[in-house]
Amino acid sequence: MTGALSKVYFFLIGLFLAAPMIVVAGVSVNAKQTLAFPPKGFSLSWYGEIFLNPEWRNALFASLTLAILSAALAVAIALPLAWFLWRRIAPWANIFQLLGIAPFTLPPVITALGLLTFWATTGFYGQPWTAVVSHAIFFVTLPLVTLSLGFTAIDRSLVEAAATMGADDRTIFRTVVLPLILPYIVSGYAFAFVLSLNEYIVAYMTVGFTMETLPIKIFNALRYGYTPTMASVTILFVATAAVIFSLVARFGDLPKLLGAMSSDDT
Amino acid sequence: MRREAPQKLSDYGPLFFPAMMLIVFFVVPFATMIAVSFFQRQQGGFYVPAFELANYQRFLSLFFANVLGFSLMLAVTVAICCIVLAVPFTYLLTRMTRKVQIVWLVALLSVLSLSEVIIGFAWSTLFSRTAGITNLLVMAGIMSEAKALLPSFGAVLTGMVYQAFPYTVLVLYPALVRLDPTLTEAARTLGASPVKAFFTVVIPALRNTITATLIMVFIFALGSYLLPQLLGRPQHWTLSVLITDQAIYQSNMPFAAAMAVFLVLVTLGLVALTVLAGRKGEAA
Repeated sequence: MTGALSKVYFFLIGLFLAAPMIVVAGVSVNAKQTLAFPPKGFSLSWYGEIFLNPEWRNALFASLTLAILSAALAVAIALPLAWFLWRRIAPWANIFQLLGIAPFTLPPVITALGLLTFWATTGFYGQPWTAVVSHAIFFVTLPLVTLSLGFTAIDRSLVEAAATMGADDRTIFRTVVLPLILPYIVSGYAFAFVLSLNEYIVAYMTVGFTMETLPIKIFNALRYGYTPTMASVTILFVATAAVIFSLVARFGDLPKLLGAMSSDDT
Repeated sequence: MRREAPQKLSDYGPLFFPAMMLIVFFVVPFATMIAVSFFQRQQGGFYVPAFELANYQRFLSLFFANVLGFSLMLAVTVAICCIVLAVPFTYLLTRMTRKVQIVWLVALLSVLSLSEVIIGFAWSTLFSRTAGITNLLVMAGIMSEAKALLPSFGAVLTGMVYQAFPYTVLVLYPALVRLDPTLTEAARTLGASPVKAFFTVVIPALRNTITATLIMVFIFALGSYLLPQLLGRPQHWTLSVLITDQAIYQSNMPFAAAMAVFLVLVTLGLVALTVLAGRKGEAA
């Protein structure tokens, strides 16, 4: 009885989560440029449009470049910080952990506005690289959290053994720590990458007038009415996120990354 | 390796780059924003250094009080809806097999990572007259004619719950996974139905977690800036929308900055409350 009840509940939640995507997927295969569901006719041309129409293609490449670079920079900031906090006893250094988590915890519009005033004051406003730095700071929280989790999972005696045998910090990091922490680097990168791909407000406030990322492009297009390419881009984004998170789940331990105990205990 | 305090200056080496980046590109911009909030606005969208409280005085208007009241009310409603939906869901999820859990977690992460633009577009399609759910109701014979369900408060609320629900589940997940299963087993052995065990054992055991999550979701919902624009009317605009509007379209940076500082203060006050709730939880 309760088993059936919980099945119904899960079905309804699943329906709630999937419903908008089902409608958008239906809309995206309309044969003509109409917003209709169930779709009239069938055509995949709106998916082709993303790559053939120069405006959408440029937005796609801008978004991809931004996500690849900013996620890399976010990891580059988070890795040494997480390593230092794990390796050393320096309570005051925790302030940087807090600073790394703050941008993501505060309402995004605040980080966006702070960066806007900063780039405007320093005179770099509108340059494409400012978006990379802005996103890296905004999303540094994600690799920082996964990496901190990863470091606590490392058995310190392994590192101690290496140190006893005469390895210096650099060698220890390269030969012992790095292989153990690699899955967490990859998942931290993946989280930052997917979120950067989808981010609107920070990108809009920093480079919105000079560069169009895909979310900015969708929003601008929405203001002038509807084109089915929005629907196909949406489905492309959902699919990308699902594939990347499935890969993280396949090669990493997703429940553990999200805070559950290790798989042996459950 | 034992953790040890840094001895030489070079031990601080790894800290240098992250610390520099975070100070230059987060602390300094934040300080710039606070400074700008006291600046004087000039005609044409520029501003000059000054120290005046005029930007803050503008808060003391009925219009602003309305927007603030609406933002808080909307965020509270979203947080309550999400908690009511997510607590039983997450509880049941943590009792499932690992494989099923992973599938749901991937789905939730995928929805969570979606851009607000995309969520707004998807729901505006679902609520539209030509492609919306009302068409299905017409086909089923429940309604006589398809109609648009937006812009409306219901549409804004639905969109924001959709956005915040996966976040709520993921915040609750660690606490619920660690919940001792013998608690409910004991209740069941003593004759409580699963539903009764959930309400009399699980919910009280999680009281502090639920309070903390409620505040986190509230802050999350407070940051929503596009959904009220895409799914609602101007009277459904929140403080976040107003900040963006002032900064970009009205070119009034000092006023936008003052509102942002205010929003930070509200948020920080709530984070302090969360920490306090967490402390109490540990002590109990």
